[in-house]
Amino acid sequence: MTEPQTRAAEVDTNRLAYSGTAPSHAEMAARARRFGVWYYAETVLRGMRAYFWPILGYAVGQPLLYMVAMGVGLGALVSQGAGAVDGVDYLTFVAPALLVSTVVMSVSGEMTYPVMAGFKWQRLYYAPVATAVEPGQVALGHLTAVVIRFLVQSFVFWLVMLAFGAAPSGWSWLVIPVGVLSATAFGAPLQAYAATIEDEGFQFAFIQRFVVMPMFLFAGTFFPLSVMPGYLQWIGWISPVWHGTQLARLASYGADVSATMVAVHLAFLVALTVLGMALAVRVYTRRLRK
Amino acid sequence: MTGPVIRAEGLRKSYGDFAAVDGIDFEVAPGESFGLLGPNGAGKSTTMRMIGGTLDRSGGTLEVLGMDPAEHGPEVRAHLGVIPQQDNLDEELRVRDNLVMYGRYFGLPRSYLLPKAEELLAFAQLEAKATAKVGDLSGGMKRRLTIARGLVNGPRILLLDEPTTGLDPQARHVLWDRLFRLKEAGTTLVVTTHFMDEAEQLCDRLIVVDRGRIMAEGSPQQLIREHSTREVVEVRFGSDRNAQVVAQLDGVGERNEVLPDRILIYTHDGEGALEEISRRGLHPVTSLVRRSSLEDVFLRLTGRSLID
Repeated sequence: MTEPQTRAAEVDTNRLAYSGTAPSHAEMAARARRFGVWYYAETVLRGMRAYFWPILGYAVGQPLLYMVAMGVGLGALVSQGAGAVDGVDYLTFVAPALLVSTVVMSVSGEMTYPVMAGFKWQRLYYAPVATAVEPGQVALGHLTAVVIRFLVQSFVFWLVMLAFGAAPSGWSWLVIPVGVLSATAFGAPLQAYAATIEDEGFQFAFIQRFVVMPMFLFAGTFFPLSVMPGYLQWIGWISPVWHGTQLARLASYGADVSATMVAVHLAFLVALTVLGMALAVRVYTRRLRK
Repeated sequence: MTGPVIRAEGLRKSYGDFAAVDGIDFEVAPGESFGLLGPNGAGKSTTMRMIGGTLDRSGGTLEVLGMDPAEHGPEVRAHLGVIPQQDNLDEELRVRDNLVMYGRYFGLPRSYLLPKAEELLAFAQLEAKATAKVGDLSGGMKRRLTIARGLVNGPRILLLDEPTTGLDPQARHVLWDRLFRLKEAGTTLVVTTHFMDEAEQLCDRLIVVDRGRIMAEGSPQQLIREHSTREVVEVRFGSDRNAQVVAQLDGVGERNEVLPDRILIYTHDGEGALEEISRRGLHPVTSLVRRSSLEDVFLRLTGRSLID
């Protein structure tokens, strides 16, 4: 290295150490305590940017495929046989349920392998917790970023529903928050569970096959839960998909759901979300401070 | 602040019956470059994590800038730059974005972070790599980026856990140079290492740690003076003969140390000792006179080498 370069580097170093434009360290800590959740969410969203087109393509393509297959294909068959389902044509009946099902299925991807990447494969969680951000904020920040993704995904799905004329109610936009709430009701507890896994995450394939798929198939998505035999209806009752679907149907076409049941559905989804978040904060704190 | 920036008293961390850190006391003065030297598993990283409040201690008191890191984690860490033993850069983000996103964890605004990132890239000699993917960097570059990232909040104390482990000699020297500049600029450095040359290069003062305890404390020169002789003669007679010959070397130096591959003779006059060896009719395969190092101190204190 030549002499002038050395001098330049020394000047830089002094600026590094005495940079006066930054907030005080106490202010940094205060901001992190207040907004740490959001700071970590920013990182996750920034990482998603690399996959922006695949994510958008998935968000648009998936509802399109379902609407064409279920509405135009299966819908025509059902309408020929049964006429209306729940008082509406089959596509209108199935569309809000598909929205809820697809976001819940997507969340089962977002809150499993990426959690393993955070703790183990890429150790992404270990950088923020060495800063002013706390482990619980990392847990909630990850969830927040995923919620934002599902806001977009639900919004796109809703637009597709509108385009197919499958969301007649003026309140149909409420399927967006319902979709997100259903996703967190399943995603937050799943995130807490994923955070407890120390090995390679073979359990996730099991969850996909034996938890997510039954939820999708037996939670009143394609037919009202009431047509199922009683001994299978419990699957719907414990599934966030069914509770979310009922709310989404109410919003989308004014399905007949009593006020009491609305309260039950909401309470169930909110309770699972809050419980999952509390557990995730706890598990993350234990594991990242071990 | 004129008092110590870090003060530990009877600091302990145990896992069940095993004491990873077994009651250590030390203080670090502002602007000082302080080292923890010891073999793998000595409790160095554990100590570092307790300083950053990312690991709860089992006992003793610990103060960093007058605060207890277990109570005031975010407040303490806002003052720290943490360089972990294992790089944990975000491989999905580009080089510059790694610096900016890390700065966000301290609530720093983008208007501050964008010029700051350029400054840090220059410091880490990574200007040309600003938009490269982290996965494409060499080991030395990743390490420099990790250090630059740790500087984003203008830390008063930099915690460096094994900063050059796994780097080639040239990359190590570049890194030492960067760290030396930081020290000159007034940043307090706390360094763990199991390399004696690194400890000698970087540390004003260090503690030698083994099995969770402090074996000795002082400047590198002081430790060498107290626990070793000025010079060391290394002689090799072939691994099967070393043990036989050692009896005939009695009194050549102040003491001998037999290692599997060589014998170390501790003396104040290396050349004189070599002459004495050949006067006794012994002809080693190779011989070498060198100055004592921290490796010798460690060997003396623990009976073991730093690197197994």
